[in-house]
Amino acid sequence: MDSVTFWDVLKSRGLSFFSGVPDSTFGEAYNFMVQDPEIRYVPAVREDVALGVASAAYFAGGLGGVIMQNSGIGNIVNPLTSFNLMYKIPALLVVGWRGYGGPPNDAPEHWIMGVKTPEIFDLLGVPYQIMEPDSLESDLDSLLVRINEEAVPGALIVRSGMIS
Amino acid sequence: MIDRYKAIQAILGRIDPDDLVLSTTGMISREVFVTHDRPGNFYMIGSMGLLSAFGLGLALQYPRQKIYILEGDGSALMSLGTLPLIATESPSNLFHIILDNEAYESTGAQPSITSKVDLSEIAKSSGYPHVAKVTDLEALEDALSECDTNLGPHLILVKSGIAPVGGIPRIPYLPTEIKDRFKDYVQSSARCPDSLGIESL
Repeated sequence: MDSVTFWDVLKSRGLSFFSGVPDSTFGEAYNFMVQDPEIRYVPAVREDVALGVASAAYFAGGLGGVIMQNSGIGNIVNPLTSFNLMYKIPALLVVGWRGYGGPPNDAPEHWIMGVKTPEIFDLLGVPYQIMEPDSLESDLDSLLVRINEEAVPGALIVRSGMIS
Repeated sequence: MIDRYKAIQAILGRIDPDDLVLSTTGMISREVFVTHDRPGNFYMIGSMGLLSAFGLGLALQYPRQKIYILEGDGSALMSLGTLPLIATESPSNLFHIILDNEAYESTGAQPSITSKVDLSEIAKSSGYPHVAKVTDLEALEDALSECDTNLGPHLILVKSGIAPVGGIPRIPYLPTEIKDRFKDYVQSSARCPDSLGIESL
């Protein structure tokens, strides 16, 4: 899926306030977002900071988005459990899935989190969808339904090569 | 040194009804609650260190509303990277107040490192356009007044003593109650989000 289409799908769902930390999974799509005048992006210093910033959108009647690598999931466990999930503050996490499939894929620092990524979201009770370009719109919509109905953050997990 | 409780009273004595007050984990939120509980207060009872990031997000969403962040030195140290991020994004409506008692008072007054580290100098080098460091109540009042004539974001470092106040209750509301009434308050105030720099979709 090309970058323009990907962001059009997200923007058409009202997502226009993002914060995050870059990941190579998103490739050019990250640069597209930063340059998109319809998106307000805050380049955070850590993933937890990004989640704190993005969560403010919900208080203005919207939904904030976080751009991050799955390596950063460790940094958001605390805000997820004692901020977003506790207060019931929704957000969309767009998570690059490094180390997909485990070793020998990707670099060694991604092997363990690469295998554990869905399990961690399951453990925390954070709903997620693994992005498939052919069904992004319907998958995202069903994820957004859960995010809104349960008032929780949800994750769109993006494997390498899904967005060009 | 200023008693933190008195500093909180002085700060809350200045807020207007439209202003939003965010307070951090532990005794600071409890003292804000006791001093002036209102729906425009958000008590961050968990997620130590996250408050300033949330405040930055709110300040960007509501650029015409004053956002007060009240956090301790431990909280500020925990998310030190947020200081340069706030300065870089530079929302002029953000009032970042660090109540620095050089200790983790809520957990038993274990020392923090701010007896040796000056957070106001870090704020200056981060690029906050208005930074004040105050050690007495009069200087705090002056610094708050100077916010009117200086461009924000503002950072006021309040050197405060460890002065536990007895009988401060825990906040009786459920987290979802704190959030719901704050969200309703924010959205019912007349100042709608309108200048995120986003073209209308």
